[in-house]
Amino acid sequence: MGKHVLVIEDEPNIIEAISFILSRDGWDVDTHSNGHDAVQVVQAKSPDLVILDVMLPGKSGYDILTELRGDAGTRDLPVLMLTARGQSKDRELAEKIGASRFMTKPFSNAEVLEVVRQLVP
Amino acid sequence: MPQRQLTGSRIRERRMIAGLRQADLARTVGISASYLNLIEHNRRRIGGKLLLSIARALKVEPSTLTEGAEAALIATLREARAADPSAGAEPDALEDFAGRFPGWAHLLERRHRRVLELERTVETLSDRLTHDPHLAAALHEMISTITAIRSTAGILAETRELEPEWRDRFHRNINEDSGRLARSATALVSYLDSAEDNEDAENGSPQEELDTFLGDHGYHMAVLETQDSVDLDGLIQDQPVLQSAAARAMARAYLRRYAKDARRMPLGQTVDALAQHGLNLSALAAHFGTDLATVMRRLSELPESVTGRPVGLVICDASGTMTFRKALDGFTLPRFGAACPLWPLFRALSRPMIPVTQVVQQAGRGGGVFRTFSVAQPMRAVRFDEPPLFEAYMLFLPLETGEKPATPVDEVGVSCRICPRDACPGRREPSILTDGF
Repeated sequence: MGKHVLVIEDEPNIIEAISFILSRDGWDVDTHSNGHDAVQVVQAKSPDLVILDVMLPGKSGYDILTELRGDAGTRDLPVLMLTARGQSKDRELAEKIGASRFMTKPFSNAEVLEVVRQLVP
Repeated sequence: MPQRQLTGSRIRERRMIAGLRQADLARTVGISASYLNLIEHNRRRIGGKLLLSIARALKVEPSTLTEGAEAALIATLREARAADPSAGAEPDALEDFAGRFPGWAHLLERRHRRVLELERTVETLSDRLTHDPHLAAALHEMISTITAIRSTAGILAETRELEPEWRDRFHRNINEDSGRLARSATALVSYLDSAEDNEDAENGSPQEELDTFLGDHGYHMAVLETQDSVDLDGLIQDQPVLQSAAARAMARAYLRRYAKDARRMPLGQTVDALAQHGLNLSALAAHFGTDLATVMRRLSELPESVTGRPVGLVICDASGTMTFRKALDGFTLPRFGAACPLWPLFRALSRPMIPVTQVVQQAGRGGGVFRTFSVAQPMRAVRFDEPPLFEAYMLFLPLETGEKPATPVDEVGVSCRICPRDACPGRREPSILTDGF
């Protein structure tokens, strides 16, 4: 069984594309599209890596990450944040609250693969 | 350095108004005509006894000769120099320049003011993405669609052996996404075209100036918490963001009401009451013997360190126009135009004096879940000789971590233009987000 990634993103065609390329790369992919209960889903599924969009319905990716970092079980979980805004203040905020990596949309598949392989070798 | 040179220009002006020749005035005050000529052309310093003598001879107050509109001119020129020190404008020559070449000095002053105005406009436009939720939502939508297209196209181009069913599926996704992108782009252009009509009215509007002023202070005015009598005009005068007279009048009304609220619910007593009742609005109203609207306003005026949670508030008048906006992350308030008619705020407006509490979630990305408390009540004491005029309040609190809403969550929007709900009974106009088509 491959390494387990949870993709939290609300855009169905992005979910499908990311799921496809990660599956082909040997990952076991789970997806979720709502921010409100995302923390509970992460805790229930215990993935090796979370790919987390910032703008989600229900709760922002920043709030979700803050809660994950406040929980002993997910404090060190690798989290790749995705955002449509690449301003330095967004990057700084993501780093401050504990994002493992930060990626600005639109990204290439090769970039996503490279980063997830670095985060979970 | 005193503005001696400009004083000379004013002496010359006053002398001519009085119909005196230079030689006559010089003789009266006991100096030579050539020396007065140097003074009047701002080439000699003047002050003390001679200034008093000249003022007496011209039948004016000495201050009339030493103060005037030129002080503002000098200040602006000094400001212009400070804004561009590399130009090498000589500080010592400033007053001489203003006195000897007043026309050029005024021209420079006006150009400098114009530059400041234009800089402010540029700043406002640059900041638009942050403050215009319509634009931010539309661009986010487009970038998400582009991301999906780029990733899907990458799969189609780079995957050597792609099963036909996957290939067909990704082709279909790209086709859908490219259609969405085209519609998003068209809608965005249309929005930007129509928004131009609103720009003049909204950029730097009095309401926006007031919002900026309150936002800069975190909606909390410490000076009004500790002092019984505060010079509100002085307080407003010191605020550079309150540029227009209308904004200053609105700020004065807000601060007056704030001071009244602070007297009804003093900070120390409110801290104690919050420790006792938490954010139970009804209990707080009973505790202080006041109404729910006052409690809502008061909570919006206090920092999060006091309330324990962020508190948002929106107030509208009987026409539904928002007169106060304190937004929170996850609960966006429209920068201009009408809000979502599904907000409990408007339900309260249609049923005055009946409090409404409801958990809502703003539709679309970034929308959080909030508990709202709304009530509409008369703006002032009701009378027999005039119909009551109502205003509605909606206070909103983010749900606490792990808090489960006891009532169903109502989905609401920000305003129709950026709302993705496609089958909404309250929709007034199509959304610029393709999800809404």
